[in-house]
Amino acid sequence: MNELSKSNPVVFAAGLGKTYEAKGKKVVALDGISLEVNAGEFVSVCGPSGCGKSTLLLILGLLLKQDEGSLKLSGTDVSDLSQSSKSSFRAEHIGFVFQDFHLIPYLSVMDNILVPSLAKPVENAADRARMLLSEMGIENRCDHLPSALSAGERQRTALVRALLLQPELILADEPTGNLDRENSTIVLDHLAGYTDRGGAVIMATHDNEAMERTGTRIVLDEGRQISSK
Amino acid sequence: MNAKTLVIREILHRRWSFVIGVVAVMVSVSCLLGSLALLERFDRATEQELGKINSETEKILKGHEDGIRKAMKGLGFNIHIYPEGQDLAEIYSKGYGEELMPESYVNKLAESKIVTVNHLLPRLTQMIEWPEGETSVLLFGIRGEEPIAHRSGKRKGELLDPVGEGEIALGYELHHRRNIKEGDSVEFRGKTLKVSKVHGRRGGIDDITAWVALPAVQEMLGKPGKINSILALECNCESLDRLGEVTREIMAILPNTQVIEVESRALARAQARNGAKALRIQEMENFVRDREKLRDLRAAFANFFVVLVTLLSLVCITYLTASNVRERIHEVGALCAIGLSHSKVLQVILSRAVLMGLIGALLSVALLSICGVILQSGGVFDLIGFDAYSWTALIIAVPLMSGAAAWLPAFFGARRAPAEVLRNE
Repeated sequence: MNELSKSNPVVFAAGLGKTYEAKGKKVVALDGISLEVNAGEFVSVCGPSGCGKSTLLLILGLLLKQDEGSLKLSGTDVSDLSQSSKSSFRAEHIGFVFQDFHLIPYLSVMDNILVPSLAKPVENAADRARMLLSEMGIENRCDHLPSALSAGERQRTALVRALLLQPELILADEPTGNLDRENSTIVLDHLAGYTDRGGAVIMATHDNEAMERTGTRIVLDEGRQISSK
Repeated sequence: MNAKTLVIREILHRRWSFVIGVVAVMVSVSCLLGSLALLERFDRATEQELGKINSETEKILKGHEDGIRKAMKGLGFNIHIYPEGQDLAEIYSKGYGEELMPESYVNKLAESKIVTVNHLLPRLTQMIEWPEGETSVLLFGIRGEEPIAHRSGKRKGELLDPVGEGEIALGYELHHRRNIKEGDSVEFRGKTLKVSKVHGRRGGIDDITAWVALPAVQEMLGKPGKINSILALECNCESLDRLGEVTREIMAILPNTQVIEVESRALARAQARNGAKALRIQEMENFVRDREKLRDLRAAFANFFVVLVTLLSLVCITYLTASNVRERIHEVGALCAIGLSHSKVLQVILSRAVLMGLIGALLSVALLSICGVILQSGGVFDLIGFDAYSWTALIIAVPLMSGAAAWLPAFFGARRAPAEVLRNE
């Protein structure tokens, strides 16, 4: 995991706002969201569908630019980074886990896990991938294509892919949304384990069990932060 | 794991669209190479045919020239030598000229080293009235052949029988109407002459001609020592410009004369052959012109066809890439989220199109080679006439064009905001 200054939170967002325009109408997706997430913190963002959870995660993951507010990730003000700098920053500091896994269908489990090394080459990436696969209990699946895996196995593969480069922050968008209870537990266990090792996880979810595993809960409604525990 | 693996696995995964792209490139490259080969083959066939016609023409023309030479040599040709001031129009209208020249000219020629002329016959001719016969007569004063001095002993024989002193030879109309026979005596302008010969019907001026010894005619006409022409028979020349050659030789000896050729069988044959030669040359020029027109037409059609097929092939690649990008939109989003830059993603998408071009070009060349072997036409590469640089340029240019065709959809695909496709809400 990358070294972080103790004084710098992994995420520091102040007054984030985002408005979409659809069919000439303005839709406020986020309105004045502020949050601070430190290393080792497991944060859930919850709320009803359309409340802005995914938008918040995409902004935090530098895939979407906020209209208002400031954002610092790992002590860096990322608001004005160029596209290529954002890509490099993502490769180095952020891991993504999606509800739909977004594995590459023609690559084996092992190759899918190694894709991030295309963005940021690292030594012994294959060894680390095998170790993580073993931790997830799917080391015997490393030569299989995603289509041959169960949903739980796919999500575990996606999780290993997110963890490969040891980012400081994992953004998980409904990671248990398509999983049964058993697989949800496995995934949440690993995310929690990751925070125990010093990583920060922000998870968008509306699964109560998943929320209960997190230390901090941010509740959104219609783009506004209505509570933070 | 590297980008190459990603590209190859993706191609294997969506192999049919890749195969369609490769086939499109193959069709385009094969059309280009095929049209080049066909045009070259046409050019070579034309060259071969032209060479054949050329060699046939050469052979025929050589035969013509030999034939003309043989004809000239065998038949010889005849010329008239007239005084320099003689109007030739008068000769063509009357059959003889009024201008006179000294009879000594024939002696001068006979004593020269002339080689192109075999027989010399001095003549004095005039249309006169034959009062005793009550008719017009073309009086021909002849004295027989003047022997050429440097050929004495090698004389080829008399070509025209001389008319003896006190004798006359008569054309058909002159003796037939009067029932005159050989050996009869006739009164001719106050002289009694013995008929030495009567000629059969010739159907021309000869039928009203009376041949008399030259001195008697000179006396009758009051033109002693004068003649109006010399007939030179069986002239022989080595070159085809026979009249020029014999004229040059005569003019060197008798500068105050002019020479015309008497129409002859040999001349007619030579003219016919020269006509045939001109026709043959014209035919050859027409052949070359027609072939050039046909070649231009073929080249224009081939160019149009190749450009059309290439454009269709490029459109096909553009469409296939657009379709591929649409299909991979989540994958592209995920790659961006993982941290791959837009340029890296663009590179991954374009690599597919570039590989389509490269494999298509290589397969086209291979296919052309196989076709060459199967059709036993051989030398397909020789026909196309590319050198190593041209082949290299083709193998580089085709993938580049393919990449260029894919660039727009690939660019927009790579630039599409990943948030649009990754957002759950």
